[in-house]
Amino acid sequence: MTVFLLRRLLQAAAVVLVMSLLVFLGVYAIGDPVEILISPEADQIERERAIQALGLDLPLWQQYLVFLGRALQGDLGLSFVFNEPALRLILDRMPATLELAVGATLVALVIGLPLGLYAGLRPHSPVSKGILAGSILGFSLPTFWVGLMLIMVFAVQLGWLPSTGRGETVTVLGMRWSFLTRDGLAHMVMPTVNLSLFKTSLVIRLTRAGVRETMLMDYVKFARAKGLSPARITFVHVFKNILIPVVTVVGLEFGGTIAFSVVTESVFAWPGMGKLIIDSINVLDRPVMVAYLMIIVLMFITINLVVDITYSLLDPRVRLEGKS
Amino acid sequence: MGGCFRAALSGAVLAWMLLPGMPARAQELTMAVGAPVTSLDPHYHQLSPNTAVAQMIFSGLTATDGHARIVPDLAESWRAVDATTWEFRLRPGVRFHNGSDFTAEDVAFTFQRVPNVPNSPSSYAIYTRPIREVQVVDAHTLRLKTAAPYPLMPTDLVSVMILDAETHAKATTEGFNAGPMAVGTGPFRMVSHRNGDRILFERNEGYFGTPPAWQRVTYRMITNDAARTAALLAGDVAFIDQVPTSDLAKLRGDARVALSEITGLRLIYLALDHARREASPFVADNEGKPLPRNPLQDVRVRRALSMAIDRGAIVERVMEGAAIPAGQFLPEGSFSYVSDLAPTPYDPEGAKRLLAEAGFPQGFRITLHGPNDRYPNDARIIQAIGQMWSRAGVRTAVEAQPWTTFIARAGKQEFSIFLQGWGSSSGEGSNPLRNLTATPDREKGYGASNRGRYSNPEVDRLLGEAMQELDDAKREALLQAATRVAFEDVGILPLHIQKNVWAMRKGLAHGPRADELTRAQDIRPAGATR
Amino acid sequence: MSSTAAGSPLARPQAAAVETPLRRFISEFAESRLALFGLGLFLLIVAAALLAPWIAPQNPYDLAQLDIMDGRLEPGSRNGADTFIYWLGTDDQGRDMLSGILYGLRISLSVGAGSAILACLVGASLGMLAAYAGGRTDGLIMRLVDLQLSFPAILAALMILAFLGKGILNVVIALVVVEWAYYARTVRGTALVERRREYIEAAQCLALPTRRIIFRHLLPNCLPPLIVVGTMQVARAIALEATLSFLGLGVPITEPSLGLLIANGYEYMLSGKYWISFYPGIALLVTIVSINLVGDQLRDVLNPRLKK
Repeated sequence: MTVFLLRRLLQAAAVVLVMSLLVFLGVYAIGDPVEILISPEADQIERERAIQALGLDLPLWQQYLVFLGRALQGDLGLSFVFNEPALRLILDRMPATLELAVGATLVALVIGLPLGLYAGLRPHSPVSKGILAGSILGFSLPTFWVGLMLIMVFAVQLGWLPSTGRGETVTVLGMRWSFLTRDGLAHMVMPTVNLSLFKTSLVIRLTRAGVRETMLMDYVKFARAKGLSPARITFVHVFKNILIPVVTVVGLEFGGTIAFSVVTESVFAWPGMGKLIIDSINVLDRPVMVAYLMIIVLMFITINLVVDITYSLLDPRVRLEGKS
Repeated sequence: MGGCFRAALSGAVLAWMLLPGMPARAQELTMAVGAPVTSLDPHYHQLSPNTAVAQMIFSGLTATDGHARIVPDLAESWRAVDATTWEFRLRPGVRFHNGSDFTAEDVAFTFQRVPNVPNSPSSYAIYTRPIREVQVVDAHTLRLKTAAPYPLMPTDLVSVMILDAETHAKATTEGFNAGPMAVGTGPFRMVSHRNGDRILFERNEGYFGTPPAWQRVTYRMITNDAARTAALLAGDVAFIDQVPTSDLAKLRGDARVALSEITGLRLIYLALDHARREASPFVADNEGKPLPRNPLQDVRVRRALSMAIDRGAIVERVMEGAAIPAGQFLPEGSFSYVSDLAPTPYDPEGAKRLLAEAGFPQGFRITLHGPNDRYPNDARIIQAIGQMWSRAGVRTAVEAQPWTTFIARAGKQEFSIFLQGWGSSSGEGSNPLRNLTATPDREKGYGASNRGRYSNPEVDRLLGEAMQELDDAKREALLQAATRVAFEDVGILPLHIQKNVWAMRKGLAHGPRADELTRAQDIRPAGATR
Repeated sequence: MSSTAAGSPLARPQAAAVETPLRRFISEFAESRLALFGLGLFLLIVAAALLAPWIAPQNPYDLAQLDIMDGRLEPGSRNGADTFIYWLGTDDQGRDMLSGILYGLRISLSVGAGSAILACLVGASLGMLAAYAGGRTDGLIMRLVDLQLSFPAILAALMILAFLGKGILNVVIALVVVEWAYYARTVRGTALVERRREYIEAAQCLALPTRRIIFRHLLPNCLPPLIVVGTMQVARAIALEATLSFLGLGVPITEPSLGLLIANGYEYMLSGKYWISFYPGIALLVTIVSINLVGDQLRDVLNPRLKK
C-alpha cells in the first residue's frame, strides 16, 4: 500500500508538472495581453514599456522558467490587471464559489436521492417516468438560459428574490461567507439552484439505476424472504449500498461543479472564482489564468487520488497495483 | 465558537436592516456598471471604468463637461505664456480627504509619479511625456515647459489625477486597492472595495465643487447585460449604464424607468488593408482564387464598398436607434467637425457601377472580420454589412471572434477588412487623426492604432502643422482639412457614432456624458437642480 | 462534463453476458412504448435535419437571402418580398427561425453525435487498452485521463478553439478532447472487473488472440455503462456547444447551431421577443429528450443485471 501511495504521489507530481507546462503554453498561445490591456491611445513607446513591465519581452521558455521558479516558492505571480498576487486574488474569491458549489451539491442530494429512490422502486409508474423525463431537462437546457429565466420569474416578475450579487456577508475564519446572513441566503438561492440542475439530474439517474439493480440482488431477496419490512429493506440494505457510488460520483463531480460555476457566476454577477477567471480571460490576465488552472488541477488530482484509494479499500476486487 | 455565532447573528440583524438597493434613505444610491473597475490607483491602468471611479475620488487640473469640452477643475485658469510654456493657476483652499492641503508641489509630485508606477499595463505617461520641466512658481502657480509647442496640454491633463505629495509618497497600487491610499480631492471618499464586486463611497463633505446628492453610494459591477437590466427592473439597483440596445424599446415603454442618452464620441468603422499592394489574405475572385493585386488599394473600390452600406438600416434595425450614421470621426458640434462631410448615401447601383469601372463588373469575394464581445451589436453589424455587400455583388463571408483573439490578429495585419471602434475621449479631431489615419511613426507616437496601415502624406502634413499650432481657430481649420482628405480618400470606412444610454428608476435624473463615463456625481434626484 | 461517473463506480460484476440475438433485442426494446415514441421522434428529427435544404423556406446561411429589414418579426409575419410566411418569426438578421432551426439541427446533431462517437472510439479504446495491458500503459493512460479530467471543460474548449479558430470541425475536435476521458475512465473501470472473470480466463486458456479477446469478449460486456455515458454525453455535447456559443466561441455566426440561435435570442428575452430564443430551445429540448428516451431503454435492455 505504501509503495502504491508513493508511486501515485510521484505520478501526481509529474501530472502537475506536465500540466503546468501545458497550461502555461495554452494560456500564452491566446492573444496578446498588451493589445487588450493597454489604452488604445497609447503610442508605440508606451506599448514597448508595457511589454517590458509585464515581462513579456523575454522568450517563452525563460518566462516559463521564471514562473516555475517562483511557483516552487508558492508565488504564482502578480496579476497584470490588479498588480496583486494572483494566488491571493483567487483565494479571496474562493469562499463565494465554495459555498455555491457546496450548496448545489446539497440541493442535488436532497432533491435527487428521494426522487431517484422513488423512480427506482417503482420503475413503471407514471410519476417515475415523469421524474426521469424531468431529469433530462436538467442537462439539456443551457445553464445560462435557465439562469436568466430564473431571474426573470423570481426577481423581475414576482420580486421574491434579489436578482444578482452576493448580498451581505459575515467574516468567519478570515473569509467572507454569505450563507450566514438572511440576505446572503436569499441571494444564494437562485445561483445555487441554477448550478445544481445538472448534478440533481445526475443523482436522480444514478440512484434510480442503482436501486433497480440492487433490488434484484440475492441479498435483497434473502432479506425479503426473512420477512424484513419493505421500509427496512429499502432504507437500510438498498440505500446503504447505492449511497457509495452516488457519493463517489458527487465527490468527483464537485471539482467539475466549481469549474462549471463560471457560467452561473457570470449570469448572477456572483463574485467568485469563476467570475474572476472569465474576467481574466477577457483581459488575458495570464498570471491569474495560470494560477486558477493550477489550483483546479491540484484539486482534481487530489480528489481523484482520494477516490482511487477509497475505491481500492472498498472493493478488494479492484487491485490498484495494476500488476497482472 | 460563541464569537462566530455572535458575528453571524449581528450580521443577520445588519442584513435585515440594510436591504441593498432599497432606497431606504433618500440620500443613498445603488448603481450598477457593466465594465469591472480593475484598480483604484489612478495612475496604474488606463481604462474607462477606472477613470470614472478615479474622477469620483480624485480630481485633475482640468476636467471635461458632458460634451467633452474642457472646464477648470483643480486649476482655475491656464494660458500659454509662450510657444513652449503653459501656466496653470491652481484653486486655493482645496483639501484632500485626510485634511492635507493641495498645492503646486502636489502637482509636481504627481507628474513625477505617473511614469514610475511599477508593473503598469497601461500607464498615463503618454500624457505627461511632453512635459520637459515643471516649475513651481508659488503654492498656487505652476509652469510646464515643453520641448515643442504643445496645444493639447489642457486636454491631456484631464486624464491625470492629482495625488498628495505627503500622503502618497510611498503609495503602492495595492495600497490604493485596499483603501488607505484612496485619498483624493474628489466629491466622494472610498469606504470599502470588494474587487470585481462593488465599491462603497460616501460623500466628501469638504468637496470644493458642487456637493453630490448622495450620502452613500454602492457602485456594483454586473458585467452580464441581461442581468444588469434585470437588476434594474427588479429594483435591486436604481441606475445602470451600457443599456443593451435590445432592451431599449422595452425600457422606453416601462413607466418605472427613465432613460438618459447623448450622442457619444465612439465611431464604429471598418479598417481596410492598405499594407499590401499585391494579394490581400481575405480577398479572392469569384472562383475563390486569390486576386493578384489588392483591390482595396483602389479608391473606387473603397468608395463602392462604402456606398453599398445602408447606414440608416444599421442604425435603425441593428442599433435600434442608439447611433447616428457617420461620415467622419466626430459628431456635429465637436471641435474640428467638418460640416459638409456627410455620411455616404446608400446607393447599391452606383456601387456596382464604380466596381465595374474599377475592373470588377462581377464583384469579388471578401471576408469581413470583427469582434463579437467588444462593441454593442458588433457581430450583428458585420452580418448586416455582409448582407448588403453580397447584394451589391461583393460576395461576403463574415467571421466574428472574441476580442482577445481578434485584436491580436488585427494588430498583425492578418485581415483584409475588419470592424473597429474608436472613442475620441478628447472630443477633438487630432486624437483620431493621430491614432487611426496617420502613418505609423514610433518617434512621433502616431498611428499606433492604425491597424490597416493607411498612409497619406497630405493627411500627415496637415496634422503635423495642426499639432504645432497653438491658435485654436487655425488649428481647427487644419484638422478639418486633414479630416476631409482622409475621408474623401476612404482611409477608413465610417459606419456610425454610438449613442451612450443609461437607465434609471423613475425619480432620478442623470447628466449624460459623451465620453461614456458613469459617475455618481452626475446622478441626482429628479427635480433637484444641478 | 462529467457523468464519468456514471460508469466507473457502477462497475460491478455482471451476470454472465450472452450475445443477445438481434430479434430478442428488438422485442425487448419495443416493450416500452415511450422508447418507441422516442425513437420515432428522433428519426423524425433526423429526417427533418437531413431534408432541411428542401423543406426550409429559406437558406438561412446565405447572407444574400437575409434582409435586416425583416429582422425580429413576430411569428406569422409575411416576408418583405411577400413570398412566404415566417411561421416562427425571424431573428435580428431577418433569418427565418423555422429555416434556422432546421439547419441548426443539422449542425447541433452532427456536432453532438460526431463528437460523442469520436470521443467514444478514442476513449473506449484507450480505456480498454489500459485495463487489459495494465502496468505502465495503464498508469500512463490513466494519468492522461486525470490530466484531462482535471481541466474544466469550458476552459479547455476555450483554449483549443483559440488555437484552432472557429469552425464546426474545430468545435467537434474540442469536444472530443474534452470528453474522451470520461469514456476511458468508464470503460477501464468496467473492464478491470470483467477481465478477471472466468470467461476471459477461459478465452485466454483457449489461446485466442488478444485482439479477439478485447473486441469480441471484453468490449460487449463493457457496453452498457458506455451507452449510459454516451447518451448523456451526446446531450451534454450539444448543450456544451450552446454554452461555447454563448461565450462567443462556438460555431460561425453565419451558420448558427441551435445553441447559437438560443444564445443570440437570449438578449431579446427581456424585451419580450421570446420566439428568437424559445423555439430553438424547444427544438433542442425535444431532440435531447428523444435521444435520452432511446438511450434509457437501450440501457435497460442491455443491462444483464436487470434480467429476471
